[in-house]
Amino acid sequence: MDKRIPNLAEAVAGIPDGATVMIGGFGGSGAPIELIHALIDRYLATGSPKDLTVINNNAGNGHVGIAALIEQGMVRKMVCSFPRSADPRVFTEKYLAGEIELELVPQGTLAERIRAGGAGIPAFYTPTSYGTDLARGKPVAEFDGRPYVQERWLKADFALIKAELGDHYGNLTYRMAARNFSPLMAMAAARTVAQVTRAVAPGGIDPEHVVTPGIFVSGIVEVANPAQEEALNRAEAAHPPARPQEVQA
Amino acid sequence: MTTKLSNAQIAWRAAQDIADGAYVNLGIGFPEMVAKFQPPGRQAVFHTENGVLGFGEAPPAGEEDWDLINAGKKAITLKPGAAFFHHADSFAMVRGGHLDVAILGAYQVAQNGDLANWSTGPKGVPAVGGAMDLVHGAKRVAVITDHVTKDGKPKLVEACTLPLTGVGCVTRVYTSLAVVDIEDGRFVLREKLATISLDDLQAVTGARLHLDGAVGDLVVPEL
Repeated sequence: MDKRIPNLAEAVAGIPDGATVMIGGFGGSGAPIELIHALIDRYLATGSPKDLTVINNNAGNGHVGIAALIEQGMVRKMVCSFPRSADPRVFTEKYLAGEIELELVPQGTLAERIRAGGAGIPAFYTPTSYGTDLARGKPVAEFDGRPYVQERWLKADFALIKAELGDHYGNLTYRMAARNFSPLMAMAAARTVAQVTRAVAPGGIDPEHVVTPGIFVSGIVEVANPAQEEALNRAEAAHPPARPQEVQA
Repeated sequence: MTTKLSNAQIAWRAAQDIADGAYVNLGIGFPEMVAKFQPPGRQAVFHTENGVLGFGEAPPAGEEDWDLINAGKKAITLKPGAAFFHHADSFAMVRGGHLDVAILGAYQVAQNGDLANWSTGPKGVPAVGGAMDLVHGAKRVAVITDHVTKDGKPKLVEACTLPLTGVGCVTRVYTSLAVVDIEDGRFVLREKLATISLDDLQAVTGARLHLDGAVGDLVVPEL
């Protein structure tokens, strides 16, 4: 078994129009920038994939990563808890113009819905959102005298995540708080591709340290020295980068 | 003479009620100040929803590691004994009743403990984050807030008029004028600034303040 994918273009090649894609990261921490940009490059070259439903905690920041995906018009719907950021203009403008749908989910409910999707649990009950606008239309049941809201699992066709170490079997470790949603998304997607900062041979990760076992991972692609969304935004980067003649025009 | 507490002083007062060894979540923004005022000899462990227990202060400018941030997406540092975990574990800590206290901001708090702190209405892009999760599960949910809005309207009210974050979830409110508990669907006044009369405090409170024994003086240091 060898789950290594030779390059980013191949890593995102199978994602069709209309796919539901979970993208790891909380803000810039854990955002798989190179995989997202490879998806954008494919769209710019071929016109596909479009009409995506994207699941992430946020809705992009600046003009890179998820914001750039939205800016290109590739995203039909965002499922997230907090579509605001330091520079949320790309999402905000499309949302206010009615060009993108939003399903707003409380953060812990979002995490648990994804976990449930990965664990084969179609629905669960939570106190979160009971009695609020976000519980409208959802079944409520009482357990031990307290009311709870029924929430359904969330699954995806693909998950694109960022990890630190990945071995050829797809076992993964993460770096600090960049872990966030990625282990859950890896479970909940039919096909999960991880960009890893370093690919290692089986045995290169101590089994005691594996966070995401390889059974949840379809492929890894090595991206040494990955870009950090926050750093890109501080440098006012965009994807694709503006070409000089465009700037002059 | 103090006519009302500053945000730092409200945060200081809230910090005095956090026990040594408590697991604490502080809401984004103003509540983050509470961490600065831990009484000497006590050490709380701070939780941030994106997956860190035991974080410390912000690093100096230029030394940020953007994989190490808090729920407000600000750079943080780690204390010895810190732990990382994924989001489902993080919210299991929140909703499973494992946090001792969550301290949050508020637009409005109602006398039955209802909290409105995530939305001021239907305009713009709605965003909720972890607010609705945090109000459930912590053993104590406290609010720190100015006693009134910027245009002088009460924030402690009979019933919230803004969209709710949670129902019957708040147990104590630390304001710029008073410390108020929520018990059996009523506001119970515990402390107030010595410089404000009970009548004047009631006049800027949107629901009846009940008394249960002596009302203490709300005393805080200059900060």
